[in-house]
Amino acid sequence: METKNIMIVGVGGQGTLLASKLLGRLLLGRGYDVKVSEVHGMSQRGGSVVTYVRWGERVCSPIIDKGEADCILSFELLEAARYTEYLKPGGRIIVNSQQINPMPVIAGMADYPQKLEEKLGTLGINVDALDALALAEEAGSSRAVNLVLMGRLSRHFDFTQEEWMDAIEHSVPPKFLEMNRKAFALGANS
Amino acid sequence: MKTLMLGNEAVARGLYEAGCCFVSSYPGTPSTEITECVAKYEEIYAEWAPNEKVALEAALGASLAGKRSFCAMKHVGLNVAADPLFTISYTGVNAGLLIGVADDAGMHSSQNEQDSRHYARAAKIPMLEPSDSAEALRFARLGYELSERFDTAVLIKMCTRVSHSQSVVEPGERILPEPKKYEKNPGKYIMMPANAKNRHPVVEARTRELTAWAETADINRIEQGTDNSLGIITSSTCYQYVKEAFGDTYPVLKLGMIWPMPERMIRDFAAGVERLVVVEELDGFIEDHCRSLGLSVSGKELFPNIGELSQNLVREKLGRAVQTGPVLEERIPARPPVMCAGCPHRSIFYVLKKLKLTVMGDIGCYTLGAVAPLGAIDTTVCMGASVSGLHGFVKAGDEESAGRTVAVIGDSTFIHSGVTGLINIAYNESNSTVIILDNSITGMTGHQQNPTTGYNLKGDPCTKIDLESLCHAVGIRRVKVVDPYDMEACQRVISQELSVREPSVIISRRPCALLKYVKHPGPISSDPEKCRGCKACMNIGCPAISMEDGKAKIDATLCVGCGVCKQLCRFDALGSQE
Repeated sequence: METKNIMIVGVGGQGTLLASKLLGRLLLGRGYDVKVSEVHGMSQRGGSVVTYVRWGERVCSPIIDKGEADCILSFELLEAARYTEYLKPGGRIIVNSQQINPMPVIAGMADYPQKLEEKLGTLGINVDALDALALAEEAGSSRAVNLVLMGRLSRHFDFTQEEWMDAIEHSVPPKFLEMNRKAFALGANS
Repeated sequence: MKTLMLGNEAVARGLYEAGCCFVSSYPGTPSTEITECVAKYEEIYAEWAPNEKVALEAALGASLAGKRSFCAMKHVGLNVAADPLFTISYTGVNAGLLIGVADDAGMHSSQNEQDSRHYARAAKIPMLEPSDSAEALRFARLGYELSERFDTAVLIKMCTRVSHSQSVVEPGERILPEPKKYEKNPGKYIMMPANAKNRHPVVEARTRELTAWAETADINRIEQGTDNSLGIITSSTCYQYVKEAFGDTYPVLKLGMIWPMPERMIRDFAAGVERLVVVEELDGFIEDHCRSLGLSVSGKELFPNIGELSQNLVREKLGRAVQTGPVLEERIPARPPVMCAGCPHRSIFYVLKKLKLTVMGDIGCYTLGAVAPLGAIDTTVCMGASVSGLHGFVKAGDEESAGRTVAVIGDSTFIHSGVTGLINIAYNESNSTVIILDNSITGMTGHQQNPTTGYNLKGDPCTKIDLESLCHAVGIRRVKVVDPYDMEACQRVISQELSVREPSVIISRRPCALLKYVKHPGPISSDPEKCRGCKACMNIGCPAISMEDGKAKIDATLCVGCGVCKQLCRFDALGSQE
């Protein structure tokens, strides 16, 4: 099979690392070769963060380059717009419609672009936007945005419910398991 | 059982399996997790040292005592440890000694992108370079075998993409070698001229032996291709980019040991291909070696010596088409890292900017004080340079400039190499004012303990270095402590200490807002009725404050209630607790 590529993008502190941990578990369980690449250090302080998840028979590069991503999973709207260049032709963006102002916008030196969802729709790519924050809150915590997005991702990839549940169980603390399952279900079914 | 491991975690696993017993390191991105993961193995003694020089010397001591030992650092940390490194090359080891160094091409979290491979050649110490987690584990084990067989320290060179990517590894069992008895050997371990003169030829002979080993070592391997019009020599993460771009089309010589490099193997490989290309990040290190063998080779004429490479860059520079995705025609504002909401550094920089001071900066989260809207830092060079640089600036400048210049340095960085600069200030009597930003943790690298926190790497309580006593002890009479959340007091104390004609230290003390034990009062609210939209609160660059319809708005999910913005509001619009 051809190597599959998912980019997880967001704002440092949003919980993108848990999403990559969960996917790593899921994919390794299927016996794939897997590489997951993260950025630590300074970017985690509220900066733009990117995680690459790749799987297949033999995965070489730990990173995803421009034009290679099958899917971008974006935890924030502006970050989705920042990385469209990384999509393959016909690629998909799953985007949390939440907006978080970056410092240049907060400081009044730049504007947060308007109507980004609509504009993304004109690029000839599949855009699946959802209010993951609202769904996470419905599940019980604003911190469950990552599981809502995982749920939405599950619609587009061929893994069984059992495989997802196993990966979730091994990635989140037991006391938050129920809440995270609920968040996953809301993302998958809403 | 197969498992996913971060490259750094795999190094730690390799150390464990090889029977390593002693680890001493200083944190630095992207090397930090090696030591954090090692600390989880009860069988291994692991510690944070005050700096990389101390760490390497401690690791050498443990090696001499007969236990396999290790220390890790980032690329710039190896500069600090370079002094022992060059002479350890002469002494050799007793039990195996492995040194981990992690480069940061692309400068994700560093002040330069130096190429550490030069150190291997300069210090004449072999360097292994893994290209994924499985190799990181295997090379760590191999490193000890080489170290003991060739009586040398061994460098294992990581980079951001190998350190911080997870790939599949199959962990093995721990093998604990018999401790080696320490035996006195002045000719080997006392490096004074008469002895060192005898050791240098040993080093050169060792390099010849290692070069011979490199010719047949399986970590240097030729992978045959189907098209010999091009042959590629590569290593580390670049090997993965080459394989991603071309699969098994072109023959590849993959070097697992980057110094010393084989000669015959490279010549043979070159002879079998029509065109020889080296794919490597940063400097043309392998390329220079090929040229020294008289080979016709391309490398840096194709690939940049700046930043990271990638599979697309490899494709493009070697004649393959690259197709990229659609780009939105829209100005996408950058999202640089920022000081967190509630960060105790923020208010200090606001005050320094307000007082229009020249600020010698240092390395840590607080380097972000250089970014707008705070924009309060003038210089950042390396760990400790704020304090020593301030001394020179003040000595060479006029009296007025002494009253307008300060150094800022974090608690961990101060212990790392700021205290020696402070000793110079006291000893040579410069009218310097040093501000220690004591947030009670090593922040930027992700909350590591340090000698001022009272806890060690394993999380156990330990001796806590008292910063006030330390400053007094090195000869600073004026030492003041302020709470950075109290901006009026900060301004008063800084102005006062700048006005006196003697060295002084101000300790700005408040723990990092992200520490779990820190209790916050909770988010404050803004009153749109009272807010006049003057934007005074926007000048501190807090990510929790934004303007909406001309009024300040607090993001309650981010705000911790530090109250700094409240002190800037002249209309009492901020502050009532929700």
